[in-house]
Formats: sequence, structure tokens, C-alpha cells
Amino acid sequence: MKNKTKLYSLKLFLILMPIVLFTIVSCGNNDGQDPSKFSGTKKNDVANDISAFELENGFGPVKQKIELGPIDPKLVKQGQTIFETKCAACHKLDEKYVGPAQRDVIKRRTPEYILNFMLNPEENYQKHPEAKKMLAQYLTQMPNQNISIDEAKAVLDYFRKVAEEK
Amino acid sequence: MKNISNKIILIVIGLIISMAAIYSGCNQSKGTLSGNEAEQVYVAPGNYDDFYLFASGGFNGQIGVYGLPSGRHFKTISVFAQNPETGYGYSEETKEMLNTSYGFIPWDDAHHPELSMTDGIPDGRFIFINGNNTPRVAKIDLKEFETMEIIEIPNSAGNHASPFVTENTEYIIAATRFSVPIPQSDVPISSYKENFKGTMSFIKLDPKTEKMNLEFQIIVPGFDYDLAHAGKGPSHDWAFFTSYNSEQANSLLEINASKNDKDFIAAVNWKKAEQYFKEGKAKTYPAEYYRNYIDEKTHIAVSEKNNQVKVLDPKDCPGMIYYLPTPKSPHGVDVDPTGEYIVAGGKLATVIPVHSFKKMLKAIEEKQFDGEVGGIPILKYDAVVAGEVQNPGLGPLHTEFDGNGYAYTSAFISSEIVKWKLGTWEVVDRIPVYYSIGHLCIPGGDSKKPYGKYVIALNKITKDRYLPTGPEITQSAQLIDISGEKMKMLLDFPTVGEPHYAQAIPTELIMKNSKKFYPIEENFNPNAVKSEKDSRVERKGNEIHVYMTAMRSHFSPDNIEGIKLGDIVYFHVTNLEQDWDVPHGFTVKGNNNSELLIMPGQTRTITWIPKKTGIYPFYCTDFCSALHQEMQGYIRVSPANSNVELAFSLGK
Ligand code: HEC
Ligand SMILES: [Cu+2]
Repeated sequence: MKNKTKLYSLKLFLILMPIVLFTIVSCGNNDGQDPSKFSGTKKNDVANDISAFELENGFGPVKQKIELGPIDPKLVKQGQTIFETKCAACHKLDEKYVGPAQRDVIKRRTPEYILNFMLNPEENYQKHPEAKKMLAQYLTQMPNQNISIDEAKAVLDYFRKVAEEK
Repeated sequence: MKNISNKIILIVIGLIISMAAIYSGCNQSKGTLSGNEAEQVYVAPGNYDDFYLFASGGFNGQIGVYGLPSGRHFKTISVFAQNPETGYGYSEETKEMLNTSYGFIPWDDAHHPELSMTDGIPDGRFIFINGNNTPRVAKIDLKEFETMEIIEIPNSAGNHASPFVTENTEYIIAATRFSVPIPQSDVPISSYKENFKGTMSFIKLDPKTEKMNLEFQIIVPGFDYDLAHAGKGPSHDWAFFTSYNSEQANSLLEINASKNDKDFIAAVNWKKAEQYFKEGKAKTYPAEYYRNYIDEKTHIAVSEKNNQVKVLDPKDCPGMIYYLPTPKSPHGVDVDPTGEYIVAGGKLATVIPVHSFKKMLKAIEEKQFDGEVGGIPILKYDAVVAGEVQNPGLGPLHTEFDGNGYAYTSAFISSEIVKWKLGTWEVVDRIPVYYSIGHLCIPGGDSKKPYGKYVIALNKITKDRYLPTGPEITQSAQLIDISGEKMKMLLDFPTVGEPHYAQAIPTELIMKNSKKFYPIEENFNPNAVKSEKDSRVERKGNEIHVYMTAMRSHFSPDNIEGIKLGDIVYFHVTNLEQDWDVPHGFTVKGNNNSELLIMPGQTRTITWIPKKTGIYPFYCTDFCSALHQEMQGYIRVSPANSNVELAFSLGK
């Protein structure tokens, strides 16, 4: 008899406790700040599921396969300048440096993956198994060099060109 | 059994009540006086503050940047003081900023941060601050939080009434605390009354280039000009300056400058002054002064020397300036949001006198004068005064406004803030502060549209408020809630340096413009290296120039040989990173200079004169990556007559 009541109050406790906790927690968000404005400024929600497209092409602004036209020599030149200023402190074409040799990156990865990785390394480190593997190997996180998507496409044409040259 | 179920019922009721209590408690906590103080100042981890607070560092010559309501310290902006942490004032790119006509000066006493305004409201473009000791005014860009320009003020000593901006930042005004012979000359100090003069300076901010230029000065009788504020709205064309020592004493001022019953507020019609200046009424005085600025393209400080200044004399310029008699050595002068009331704080006064702008105009029109000094008419006190606040506390100094018809005045001697109503002049509330408050700050509290919400007490003394740290104890400010009828103390927070005065501005006006890095394409420093393959070492006579790049986690080059005793080594380090929050540091063993902190995309140069032969390591000081400890290199220094070839390499 006594036991049963105990059980009963335990059940009640279990039902009520989440409600109380919820009230307290929802209160915690209300600390004099406007949460819509000033909270959630740090995003670190990590999604575990990854689509087949993402697996092949990485995470970033490129969300569809792109049409590659013929290599544009003007873009190649621009891409080379960008590469030498913003990337060459870590990448050489034919030897491993801080990061992998890049002459045949276009053969290793899809164009979309290369673009997404240049433009959005942080998210790929968090979500992409291949990027995580590379990090474990090279130990240096590739920085976001804040190039625009057009600049990234120029670097891509540079990569395509140097791959042909060997 | 029955007892037990009763107990259960009691528990349930108890839980419901406590839930209700928690819930209602959280509804009330939003900025009302019934919430608890801790909640009002708590900014949860990862969240942002509502306001930026820019507090002067007083005699450390810097500006401290804080968040409100938390009081957290974010940055110290180097202004007049060298900073070995960043290399400011040491690096080749920044040291020219501290040039003056007295040579290189690595320090000053910085008092009054002043936000630039558009239409009488802080616009978040710039903040200005004065150097008191060697008269200077600095302009800090709020996109970068860096000092971009410093102008020296000639014919000035003790640049205290400075810098205050007109309604659209047309001018930044500054007046002299210490009168001196103008132009300077070697005279007996006892000839004060005959030879010593004050000046008011009008620094124009070019609306296009945003550069400062000392447009003209007004020469005035040799009083001590203490503080100033420009008018707004109807009083847009005017600026007001307090003065004390109308006795013109040159010794033991605490007695000799406190004799007169009334000193003056000088009301200057700057529009009229500008017109006289344009009409050519100004005389040219010889004057040596510097203007130093960061060149936009190269990001290198440039020093420019000027040799003359235009000076207006009130005797030649009728209607330009008047004196408003004001009791007992007035200190602060503050103009209310409507531009009608001019509030004076008399250090020794028992009331706060408030002048009326309308009455002033009328008194001028009706020539209600009470004599003149140095060609400046003195208006009759009764003809200009709008009212007096009785019982304002002892030693009222400064006043700011909440935009709801109330004024808040700091009282130094009685250590309190007194709240009073504009128009009725009655005191409605008072709160003690700890201790000896000087200035006070309400966000936007000197503008046309104060944001209100808080008043910050900027205290001179902390005594027993914090853990003791030996004879020197922390400086401090206090945050007070003014959203209710009664003021409520929320928070004490220590500051870096003396928070002499401060201004606050809503976060969103600054945050969205904040620069994250310097695009490398826009780096026009002639010593920049924009690609690792161009990094190199060159000899020019006994100068060695190291053109170095930094990128997580190596310098290029990182092995250098062929340097000889007697050489001067210039390290030009370019940070090739293009992301936020990745500065690199650079230092070399035994350097008599400072370290360098190089922001992403920037080039900075530090010089080093090795004094002994041997091997010198250098390394990155700012923890930049997992392999930061690997970011290092070696330099070999050989005897002067050695034949070691100049050589440099990376990864060999
Ligand atoms: C600070 C050094 C650094 C810089 C600068 C840098 N990278 Fe990388 N990069 C790396 C490293 C290291 C990796 C290997 C992945 C890892 O370890 O995280 C990498 C990987 C890559 C990959 C993926 C290669 C693969 O096989 O998956 C691409 C593409 C790439 N980098 C392109 C660039 C481009 C383009 C730039 C210039 C805009 C650049 N990187 C700048 C260090 C750098
Ligand atoms: Cu580093």
C-alpha cells in the first residue's frame, strides 16, 4: 500500500518535473535581451545526415552540378594571381606543403567540391567526412580566405589548366 | 494513507504555485524595476550587449571599449599612447602619428570622447578625443576602431574644453584651459593680466574627405576655459564654453580664482565667426603644429607640418561672442535636447543655473549689457537665466538628458547623481554613487535624441569597492537604470584607466560596419609582399630589408643569414590571411623595440639593430593555429667584417 503511493507520487513527480523545468528554461531565455536580435548569433548545430549530392560535392553555395565550358585563359590568369596571393603560402602544385599538392585536385574532387571547399571550409570541416579525414592527415585547418564565387571559379579554371599541363 | 494523499495534493499545489511564481517572475524581469539587478546586466554567453560604451582612459591616453549593460571590456584603442602590445607608435607605419611641434610624444592625457553627429544624433562614423597636455585632437574611425588622424592645436595649453562637435560635425571645437602668451614668448609670469590669452579653435571636418583642418581660432581674454558644448536645433549656430579664473590669477588658483561671485559662459556664434573668417577678418599668426594621418591607400602614417593659423579677434568681429555671467567657477556646460536650455555646473555653486537660449537672443537684441571684457559684451544675468535648480547636491559638475524632460547632474562633493525636471527645475530623485563622480553618461545623453535607459557614473575614487591591489586600486564606472521613476543601481565595473568621460551608442549603429580584415588587393604599402614567392631579403648599404609573409603557421623566409653587426634590420611583415580574427604577431629576441601585431591583409614594419653576434630566434606571438608553436625562424648575425653571404630560405 505504502509502496504503491510512493510509486504514484514518483509518477506524478516525473510528469510534473519536465513542466517545471520547461518553465524555468523558457524563463532563462528572457534575460532582458531581445533574443530575436541578439541570441543565436553563434551557430554550431551539426547535422548528421548528409545527402548523396553533399557527399560528392561538399557543403557551400554550390548546390547543383554546374556546366563547365571551355577553359577561359583570362580566368586562368586571374585565378593564378589569386592562387599565388591567397593560397600559395600553403599549396604548391607538385609537392605536398602545408596542404595537399594541387595540380591534380581537379582529378581528385568534383569542381563543385573544390568550389564549396574554397568558399566554405568551416562548414565542411564540421560536416563532411572527407574534409574531416584530410584535417586528421594535415592537422592544419584551411582558413576561409574570403574569396568571392567568381574568384573561386577563376581559381577553378586555373586548376583545370594546370592539370592539363602535365 | 489519507495523510499521504494529502501530502501529494500539497506537493502538487506547491509545484503549481512555484511554477506560477517562476513564470510571472520572468515576465517582470524585462527592464522593469521589480526584476532583479543581476538579470538586467546579465548577457548570456555568446550573446551581445545593447550598447557600445567608449570611455576615455584619462591619463593612459587611450579609449576603452565596453559593452552595456554587462560592463565587459572589449578593446583598448591606442590614441596618444604607444602600445607595445600592438606596435602602435613603434612600427614604421604608425610612429609618425605621435609627432608634434615638440617632437615625438608617446603619451597624453585623454579626457572627452565625442561621437560624430548627423542632425544632432550620434551617427557611428567617428569618435574624437582630446589630448590635454600637448594640445591635440584625435579622430578614431569606428569601422576599424583605429586612430586615423591627430591634429595638434597651436596657441593652446591644456586642451580641456575639447573636443565637442557641432550638430552635423561641421566643426570640432576646442578651447584652452591654461592661458599663455599668444603667440608664445618669454615674459614674466607675473605679467599674466597683460600678456596671457586664451583661444577657441574651430577644426573643420571636410564633409567629403573627412579630414580635419584647423580652420580658425578666436583669441579671448586670459581666463581658464573649461568645457564646451555646441548648440542644436534653434541654437545650431552657437557654441558655449565655460570659463573660470575670470580673476586672471596666475598662482594659488584655489583661492585666487574663486573670488568672483560669477564667472562666465562664453556664447560663440560660430556661423558668424565662419562668415568673418570667409570675409578675411582673421589675422595670420605664425604657429608651428602637426597634422598626422593614416594614408588611406598605404595605411602608413604621414606627418604634415603647418606654419600658420588664422585668428579672429572679437574686437574686429561684433556680434560673434558674448559672456553669460554664471555663478562660481562653472565647470560643465550642457545643452538640452531641444537646444533651448544651457545648463552650467558650478563647482562651488549651491544652485545649478540654467540659461535660456531664447532669452539670450532677446537680451542681445535689446543690448542688456553689463559692461564688457576684451571687446566681448557681458549680458545681464537676470536677462538670460531661465531658472535655478535648488539643492542640486554639493559640487554639481555635468548634466546629461534622458529625452523625457529630465536632466541628470553629477555632484562631485556629495557623490551622487541628482535627477531634476527641465522647466520646473525641481529635484525629483537622487542616488549615491561610489565615489566622487566626475562626468556621467546617458547613451545619446548630449544629443537631440537621447536613448535613455541607463546613466553611467564615471567615478574618480573607488576606495573600498573592490579587492585591494596595493596602493593603486582600480578605476571604475557604475551602471544605473533610469527607465523607472527612481534610479536603480545595477552594476559596478572596473575600467582600464580613469573613465574621465564616456559616450554610448546602440550596438547596431557600429556593429554592421565593423571591418573584419583588410583586403590584400587594397594593400598599397610599398613594402607589402602579396605572394609567398616574392618574399625576400635585400641589402641596401647597412640596411637589411626583410620582406616577409605570415600565414598559418609559418613565416617566409624563416632562415636568414648574412646580417652583420652595424646593420639596421627592417622586418616588413605582410599577413596574407583574409579572415576575421587571425592576426599574427612578430618578435625577435633582444629587440629594443616593441612586438608587431599584424591584422589580416596588413603590412607592418619594425626595426631591429642587433648588438651581438649569434643566432636569434623569431616567432609569432599571437596564438594563431594548432601549429602556432611551429611558427618560428632563425636569423644569424655575424661580425661586421665577416663574409657570410646574404641568404634566406624556407623549408630547405
Ligand atoms: C593556411 C594554409 C592554407 C591556405 C592559405 C589555403 N589552404 Fe587549401 N588546404 C589547406 C590544407 C591544410 C588542406 C587540406 C585539408 C585539411 O587539412 O584541412 C587544404 C585543402 C584544400 C582543398 C581540398 C583538397 C582536397 O583534396 O580535398 C582545396 C580545393 C584547397 N585547399 C584550395 C585552396 C585555395 C583555392 C586556397 C586559396 C584561396 C587555399 N586552399 C588556401 C591549407 C590551406
Ligand atoms: Cu601566427
